[in-house]
Amino acid sequence: MLKIKNLHASVDGNEILRGIDLEIGNGEVHAIMGPNGSGKSTLARVLAGEESYEVTAGEVLFDGKDLLEMDPEDRAREGVFMAFQYPVEIPGVSNTYFLKAALNAVRKHRGLPEMDALEFLTVVRQKMKLVQMDDSLLNRPVNEGFSGGEKKRNEIFHMAVLEPKLAILDETDSGLDIDALRIVAEGVNVLRGAERSFLLITHYQRLLNYIVPDYVHVLVDGRIVRSGGKELALELEEKGYAWLEQEVAQATPVGA
Amino acid sequence: MAVMETTAPGVPPTRAIETTLPWLAEHERFLRTLPAGEPAPIQALRRLGIERFAVLGFPTLRQEEWRFTNVAPIARGTFVRPESDPDDPHKGADPARLSVLELDTAARLVFVDGRFSQQLSQVDELPADTIVTSLAEALARTPDQVLPWLGQLAAIGDHPFVALNTAFIQDGAFVSVPRGVVIEKPIHLLFLSSGEADRATFSFPRNLIVAGENSHMTLVETYTGDGVYLCCPVTELVAGPASVVDHYKLQRESRDAFHLATFQIEGQRSATPSSHSISIGGGLVRNDVNAVLNGEGIDCILNGLYLADGRQLVDNHMRVEHAKPHCGSHELYKGILDGKARAVFNGLIHVHKGAQKTDAKQSNRNLLLSPEAIANSNPQLEIFADDVKCTHGSTVGQLDDDAVFYLRSRGIGAEAARSILTYAFASDIVERIRLEPVRRDLEEFLFTRLPQGEVVRQAV
Repeated sequence: MLKIKNLHASVDGNEILRGIDLEIGNGEVHAIMGPNGSGKSTLARVLAGEESYEVTAGEVLFDGKDLLEMDPEDRAREGVFMAFQYPVEIPGVSNTYFLKAALNAVRKHRGLPEMDALEFLTVVRQKMKLVQMDDSLLNRPVNEGFSGGEKKRNEIFHMAVLEPKLAILDETDSGLDIDALRIVAEGVNVLRGAERSFLLITHYQRLLNYIVPDYVHVLVDGRIVRSGGKELALELEEKGYAWLEQEVAQATPVGA
Repeated sequence: MAVMETTAPGVPPTRAIETTLPWLAEHERFLRTLPAGEPAPIQALRRLGIERFAVLGFPTLRQEEWRFTNVAPIARGTFVRPESDPDDPHKGADPARLSVLELDTAARLVFVDGRFSQQLSQVDELPADTIVTSLAEALARTPDQVLPWLGQLAAIGDHPFVALNTAFIQDGAFVSVPRGVVIEKPIHLLFLSSGEADRATFSFPRNLIVAGENSHMTLVETYTGDGVYLCCPVTELVAGPASVVDHYKLQRESRDAFHLATFQIEGQRSATPSSHSISIGGGLVRNDVNAVLNGEGIDCILNGLYLADGRQLVDNHMRVEHAKPHCGSHELYKGILDGKARAVFNGLIHVHKGAQKTDAKQSNRNLLLSPEAIANSNPQLEIFADDVKCTHGSTVGQLDDDAVFYLRSRGIGAEAARSILTYAFASDIVERIRLEPVRRDLEEFLFTRLPQGEVVRQAV
């Protein structure tokens, strides 16, 4: 589904991603872990198409198509979804109506008929249950005045409605208490399936107690330095990141 | 557009005479068209107006109140009295313009190039002693109801265009709602203007609204037209004690028009006047809104939305005078500027000595959609009382890139995302419009005006 080859990306002239290689198959859940500043969130944002990042080398294929050539909206319409680390508050735009416009843009792209208000409402009701979201959040402006937990839940709700093929969760666990984390994780688990893959970006192993990944990758200094199964996350939980960072430092020749 | 020549302080600009003389001559011709036997006070008022205009001349960029608004195209232009006949559809504004706003009204007064059109107007049966008519008619029939107020509120002072309007007072609307009367449906004043084939025309509508104690009314002024013309209206509103007056002004003039308007509010004890100014059309636009809160317990709302693109210039000048204690004023003006448009906002809150417990808020926010659009915002407070709550603020900014990206990341196209956020910027002004047809009309306008409006319609 997703093939990342030798991806390099910079922001303001600073190289953050320094050669990422990653393949995600249909229905797989991959977790990317790593210390602060390792480039985890940059990877998520580059995949979603945020324009402040400049891709300087490499390629990303999504279902065989060149993802990096696409505008952010086309990536979304093709089935890429990113849950934001910091969801944006948008006063004056209704959470529901905006989502209806988004869903219809996606459906149109996929050759499906647009949904009318009633059909959409049925979908919304059903998906709201998944993330145990309160009705009142629907009628409020997007994320405005939402608590941290409500914002993250709203991201998962958007994901549930848009039904992406690849969902990227950028530190969705950060700032969540244990109950909110459980609700978010349950929402994700319900959406897991053979046709939907996940890329979980996280700093802590905690999230992976609730969403069990198929693969875990460790990102240090813009490169994946280790990959393994879910047990790698436990090892990191126990030992921290320092030993891996040290290994990387020793393996990199001075001046490289 | 060149700036007028500058001269040494104290010496009148050399061009002043040159630009005012044609207007003085025009005024002479105008006076000869008026009926004989008009009341002396109205004649005196016009004289006062033209004399003051002769002294003031057209403003220049050197004057503080006109620093960013260059009226040289008006000063140097030639404007003529329109030859239209308000009751002859073949000699005047396009009657198709009547449908500019569909409104179920208690009264609709239509003015063609500033003159009342009996044929196009329509007045329902109104409560006893309520008057909704043309100013010309009211001056002829009930001058004692008009003269105590006319020209008493909108000070000619240093405002050349109020002076010019006063000099040319002839017609407009006169609305008088007596004590305790509630007019449920809105009263619509519709001003149609049209330039003539190769000549720019002028009109100086003059409106007087008198709301008696504890009366209620909703008033809509709509300005629209075709071609090149100068429309320079003055509206005076007396909001009597405990009256409720909701005033809407929809400025949808031709893109070649000059529109310079003054709305003067006099609030009396416990009145709640509100003003909603929607400025969309025109080439060069200046809206002065002045409210004098001249009694205790007044609550005054002044909202505005202006949209400009191309080379449009829109200047909003606000002045709120808190003359008595325990009054509130709430101003929110928002502007959306694209292309090479320019906006000026100048808002003064003046709290007089002794006006304790004043609660005054003022906010001006500008959204620039193009790197070439410019907004000059200048909020001012003058406070001479010590127990008051006054806040003001102004912003000039662009669309939030993070918000644009957020919407795009959900599948909404870049252009639609920008339009949705632009609409959202305007939405709190839209939502504050209580008169539903006006609110819907503005929504529709925005959906039509904004790129990808159909997506916006679905998304908000």
